[in-house]
Amino acid sequence: MFYREAGQFKATYQEDLQAFPIRQDKIGIGIWLAIAYLYIPFFGIPGLEYGFALNAIMIPVLIFTITTIGLNILVGFTGQISLGTGAFMGVGAYSCYKLTTYFPDVNIILLIFLSGFVSAAVGALFGLPSLRIKGFYLVVTTLAAQFFLEWCFIRIPWLYNFNPSGAIEVPQRELFGVIITGAAAEPVARYLVVLTILIVMTIIAGNIVRGRIGRSWMMIRDMDIAAELIGVRPLRAKLSAFAVSSFFCGVSGALMIFLWLGAAEVESFDVNHSFLYLFMVILGGLGSITGSYMGAAFIWTFPLICKEIGREMFGINAAVMENFSLVAIGVMIVFILIKEPHGLARLWQLVKQNLRIWPFPH
Amino acid sequence: MGDIIYGIFADPFVQMWQMPDFLMQVLWEGFVSGILYALIALGFVLIFKASGIFNFAQGIMVVFSGLTLVGLHALGVPAWLALLLTLATMYALAYSVERLILRNLVNQPDIILFMATIGLTNILIGMGQWIFGGETKTMITKELFLPSGSSVWEPGGGLVIFQHIDIAAAVIAAALIVGLAFFFSKTKVGRALRAVADDHQASLSVGISLNHIWVITWFAAGIVALVTGIMWGARSDVSFSLQIIALKALPVLVLGGFTSVPGAIVGGLIIGIGEKVFEIYWGSLFGSGVEGWFAYVIALVFLLYRPQGLFGEKIIERV
Amino acid sequence: MRRSRGNRVNEHGSGIEGEQVKDTATNYVTEDGRTIGGVIMEMKNITLRFGGVVAIKDASFDIHEGEIRAIIGPNGAGKSSMLNVINGFYHPQEGEVWFRGEKRPSMKPYEIAEQGIARTFQNIALFHGMTTVENVMTGRQLMMKKNFFWQMLRVGPALDEEVKHRRKCEEIIDFLEIQAIRKTPVGSLPYGLQKRVELARALAMEPKLLLLDEPMAGMNVEEKEDMSRFILDVNDQYGTTIALIEHDMSVVMDLADRVVVLDYGKMLADGTPDEVQRNQAVIDAYLGVEH
Repeated sequence: MFYREAGQFKATYQEDLQAFPIRQDKIGIGIWLAIAYLYIPFFGIPGLEYGFALNAIMIPVLIFTITTIGLNILVGFTGQISLGTGAFMGVGAYSCYKLTTYFPDVNIILLIFLSGFVSAAVGALFGLPSLRIKGFYLVVTTLAAQFFLEWCFIRIPWLYNFNPSGAIEVPQRELFGVIITGAAAEPVARYLVVLTILIVMTIIAGNIVRGRIGRSWMMIRDMDIAAELIGVRPLRAKLSAFAVSSFFCGVSGALMIFLWLGAAEVESFDVNHSFLYLFMVILGGLGSITGSYMGAAFIWTFPLICKEIGREMFGINAAVMENFSLVAIGVMIVFILIKEPHGLARLWQLVKQNLRIWPFPH
Repeated sequence: MGDIIYGIFADPFVQMWQMPDFLMQVLWEGFVSGILYALIALGFVLIFKASGIFNFAQGIMVVFSGLTLVGLHALGVPAWLALLLTLATMYALAYSVERLILRNLVNQPDIILFMATIGLTNILIGMGQWIFGGETKTMITKELFLPSGSSVWEPGGGLVIFQHIDIAAAVIAAALIVGLAFFFSKTKVGRALRAVADDHQASLSVGISLNHIWVITWFAAGIVALVTGIMWGARSDVSFSLQIIALKALPVLVLGGFTSVPGAIVGGLIIGIGEKVFEIYWGSLFGSGVEGWFAYVIALVFLLYRPQGLFGEKIIERV
Repeated sequence: MRRSRGNRVNEHGSGIEGEQVKDTATNYVTEDGRTIGGVIMEMKNITLRFGGVVAIKDASFDIHEGEIRAIIGPNGAGKSSMLNVINGFYHPQEGEVWFRGEKRPSMKPYEIAEQGIARTFQNIALFHGMTTVENVMTGRQLMMKKNFFWQMLRVGPALDEEVKHRRKCEEIIDFLEIQAIRKTPVGSLPYGLQKRVELARALAMEPKLLLLDEPMAGMNVEEKEDMSRFILDVNDQYGTTIALIEHDMSVVMDLADRVVVLDYGKMLADGTPDEVQRNQAVIDAYLGVEH
């Protein structure tokens, strides 16, 4: 009754090519944006302590959404599996750190995007083998990238300014006069910056994916030989996928350190994190940007929710709930892969389809 | 600059020449870790050969089987019974995996199956930590009649130490490989496994039950995982970090070919020895820890120039 | 069917019954009055081996611009391999391929596409993650040029380009009468429609030479008639040169201007459908019975 397309005609191809052609979807997005920009900064999440809501939930979820979109571009849209995501985030983080060291007066947002480019270059480099190596063997090369870069983060002291502890601490930086990095930065300031960057990058990702570059990625994913016979150059398509994906991961890595944790150790970029991001992509839905939002939010908040419920309702301690959520996520991954490889995004589409004909059953 | 060139091309060999007993020690250490890598890789090969699935969970199966054995023993179960019960557990695991996961993902592309085994890994990690706790455990070497202590060899005044457990590991691995070779070539089930590895459709048409074979394959991989878990645990305790080390089996498989048992062994030895030698003699040029990525870089090179590995089948693409 | 096989006439107007002309400049006129242009592609002494197996042995023939050339023969005769050689996907160990008057070197598949050769596949190589219209749009890939920056922005030149090509794709979709399934994911389409979508995608490339690998395979009589009509329309309306592999002799008889017959990788005959049908070697090897 509410979710009807009846009466919404598209008179031009332009209209048909929109990202959200259905009016109700546009309204839905508007509501989400209103909540994100107008409600949460003032009231946080109902039922949770304000600082916790922003620091432990909203900011990391938004940052990991950027990561998930990036990894989704590589795995979901181009079909190149990667376990090097953690390391590429690290490249972004350490580049940003070095850039802020050398250019302390340059706007931090600009530096964050520049470090994204560094990460893109590194990503493209490690993506070169994908021309000869196909399908799941690519895991080996991305693991090589992961372990080699992790080693670099420890063994190249220049990266962390020769700090004896091996960790980096984030310097204080401002945007429009408001402190957004370092210990003195307010959660709400960091939240709004991350949110805006996410929105901008989502728009960019959505545009690229719907255009010729995104199509070339999907062609490679679905049938690379046919793609090549149509004229797609595998080198360009795959390297661009690696580069764009690593750009997103690099930016999210820089944001993770500079606008969330405030400090970094190598463990933040280890292979376990690479798996975590892969889970976000799988659960959210391969090849779906909306899915990336859902996957990141779900994988991040699910263990927290489990621990809360376990503690409040059953009195079970955190470690047990942690293990339970590990098992549950594993089960969900297998289940999603069996039932609906397109993940939560597709499940959401099915819900919408049922909404179209609601209140009728079919 | 001259130092670096000397350091790469001359110094390591000089060191090897001057201290041959140390070289022997390094080679032996590499050999043993190579055997262990080969054992992990063997588990992968078994499953990949029979079903084309890369079982990412093989590493955690190694840990899980070791933990089950130790855990049962800690409850007071005598070692031999604990061993049998662990084997039963691995069978139950194989059966559930086939029933719940494999059967439902029959025609999916490899990537999906691979990701399903990643999900399985998560499940086993969570369950393992839940049931057994996350701390490191000691393997029950004495109860399993595994030797301890070491022998010393003094060639020409030098010193080489051989841990008995390492020698035992090599012997047991060899026995396992011979046993598997016998199983594949001489028994009915073994022959069926080879048929399935060759051609699913054809095996179905001669009446081989694929599901049954897959359970057996995963059980065999489980046995290999248990042996690996015991041997590795005996050398350096049973902990969840072993699961990450198991990732090293990937470069081993790339070198040896994903479908070759001798390849897994040769690949394992090359990686094991190569890693150790590189770390000891060239590692100082880079700073330590090169063992973490050396194997993967070698695998990368192989993938670029000889993707089927040393013993694998060449992959041809047809339109 | 509205066409019958033609008699060959050289540019001076006198008939040359059953003769092979290899002169690149020679056009010919079919019986129903269509003028076929000069040679667009020539295979010279092609030998193709896979390890010890000889797939094609010393085959030579040409394809004229604007004609419909059929390649027929029993199973395993080397027809698909031949198409792959024409396509540039397989490289013959011996022999030369000449395209538009130039010897063609060993090229990458995407370079072949850039030359204007498109094809469909026996086992359908559609992109299953996409809808019909998206699949047809992939055919325009080479013609879309707007760079990365505009792609990020989308509004402006990139979107204009997208709309322009979308318009062209919709024309092709109309032409092949698949409007109703535009937004359907191709994986859920029946086989016959999938083949049509694949044809649409190939046409979207605006090829000079269109290669069809068993376009009628698995179709019933109605679907075959539709597909034949489309192939003829493509040739008529767009002037596309077409080379196709086909088993169904009646289809070949009605569609093709000239036919090549292969058997065990060797050429048995080369001529108009009538000539080929009467060729004794062809009858012995393939047709079995005089029609």
